[in-house]
Amino acid sequence: MTKMAKPNQSPTRITVAVQHQDFDLQHEHKELVDKDRSIGAVVAFIGMVRDLNLADDVVALELEHYPGMTEKSLQQIAAQAAERWPLQAARIVHRVGKMHPGDQIVLVLTASPHRHDAYEANMFMMDFLKTKAPFWKKEWTNEGPRWIEARESDTSATDRWSTSS
Amino acid sequence: MPTPLKLLYFAQLRETFGRSEELIEAPDQVSTVADLIQHLSQRGGIWQEQLGGDKAFRVAINQDMADLDAKLPSHAEVAIFKPVTGG
Repeated sequence: MTKMAKPNQSPTRITVAVQHQDFDLQHEHKELVDKDRSIGAVVAFIGMVRDLNLADDVVALELEHYPGMTEKSLQQIAAQAAERWPLQAARIVHRVGKMHPGDQIVLVLTASPHRHDAYEANMFMMDFLKTKAPFWKKEWTNEGPRWIEARESDTSATDRWSTSS
Repeated sequence: MPTPLKLLYFAQLRETFGRSEELIEAPDQVSTVADLIQHLSQRGGIWQEQLGGDKAFRVAINQDMADLDAKLPSHAEVAIFKPVTGG
């Protein structure tokens, strides 16, 4: 087995969290790199609550999830990314509950020896998160609440990963 | 033998159906996801409207996404929901 093992290829550290409370990028970044000196690049994506959607003022956004399945799904998405790109670590934090414009909703961190892998893996994870992970958004406008419909453009964003190498 | 199933509904469908979960004894002829959807549609009204037409929905069996032809294991947790909108 020693000859077969890939050199310096330790398993990707994957952690996910679904939580009500806000997250802190600096804290999350510090936890992620965790004295791993082989990391050359960390890419961070943060999704924010916008104040405008479909031409209406959004006053609040409510996120619902499927406890158990959502965490499992996020874990699987990160594991799929780790199979395609050499990642030392991947972290997903997704908030649920009620949020307001300007609030952070989602954090995806990817750590790799080189930037291209960290960038691509990060985009892959967000694209899959948007179409595969069980979360649902309800928007509160001045007219009242409405559930957001899934978008075709999000599905095409996911599909492109199955054709590219 | 009827199949005992735990059904879960989320988000829009939870509100529309007025329930987040229910326990059912699915009749003999219900063995796949498609059978279950047809069975629920037969309740008529909002059930027919949401599940019996061309409206999009997704199904998970024991917390894994499932196709319409997937078999329903006894005592499975079956979740029905609209396409996801997280991120």
